[in-house]
Amino acid sequence: MGGRATVIDHLLASESSGGVHFPPSVNDFFPPPLTSGSPEWLTKFVVLPWLAVGILIAFFLVAYRRPTIVPGRLQWMAESLYGLNRDAIARQMIGPEGVKFAAYFTTLFSFILLTNLFGIIPLIQISPNSHIAFPTVMAVVSYVLFNYVGIRRYGLRYFKNALVPNAPWFILPILVPIEFFSTFIVRPVTLALRLFANMFAGHMILLVFTLAGFALLGAQTWYIKPVSVLSWAMAIAMTFLEAIVIILQAYVFVALTSSYISGALAEEH
Amino acid sequence: MILAIGGSVNAIGYGLAAIGAGIGVGLVFSAYIQATARQPESSRITQPFVWIGFAVIEALALLAIAFGFVFTSSQ
Repeated sequence: MGGRATVIDHLLASESSGGVHFPPSVNDFFPPPLTSGSPEWLTKFVVLPWLAVGILIAFFLVAYRRPTIVPGRLQWMAESLYGLNRDAIARQMIGPEGVKFAAYFTTLFSFILLTNLFGIIPLIQISPNSHIAFPTVMAVVSYVLFNYVGIRRYGLRYFKNALVPNAPWFILPILVPIEFFSTFIVRPVTLALRLFANMFAGHMILLVFTLAGFALLGAQTWYIKPVSVLSWAMAIAMTFLEAIVIILQAYVFVALTSSYISGALAEEH
Repeated sequence: MILAIGGSVNAIGYGLAAIGAGIGVGLVFSAYIQATARQPESSRITQPFVWIGFAVIEALALLAIAFGFVFTSSQ
């Protein structure tokens, strides 16, 4: 699982295709160690989650150090984050008792947003969520949460509520396995896979357009070389699209978790 | 002269997967636009569903991209 050298290294090296490794591959998601002397496992993926945790802790601590009724900028940002999660996500989907979950949603939302944002910040340019491990852990936490909340409220009746829909008895043999598969298997898997695939694909798109620019620059004929500017312009446009996707995926992860919790707490059937 | 398709078949698979996702996302947003056109004050209520629906449908297309690398073709 050794990574490839950076783009600049390849530009300076004298290889066949003008020195650029194009097209990008899955190997680009396994970067080399941070410096030439550090151990093999110390890559960006090890440092970035810790960096995100540190930034979030520092941000929320500093924002609420001396809170005022009329908030300053930092306090307003922190309050907006919490307000979005408490009002638009927790209260609207779960109801008045959703406020209990607002803290978890805020943490989850901020962490996913920040780690996603690492994908378009220069010099960092990779999101930890483009390895399947990080979204998986977050999805498992949400999965355990919505099942635990349901079991705590309803006991073993929770499984009856979750698995047996309001339907005539003769189609239940088909519906119950479908409901089981959908609630207990598909939900956590798609939560994780959605975030991972979005970050993976987004990074891949940016890689393709950026590296294509360098590869076109090394073309044999002079009239192909200016097309590399078009490729880089596409990379910039895709970066803006990626910014939208980043915010959207953080919101969707938390909104779906909230929806699953509200489904677990629901009184129906 | 040998006529053969080279490269990875995964690209064809992804293209086919994107058809469904494209139609699905189009349906979501068309429903939102029509609903807002009929009753503008409902736009605030239905907007969370727009984003959740979009992301859930898009997830299938993105699964295709990711699995394009997982399912390596055996030549």
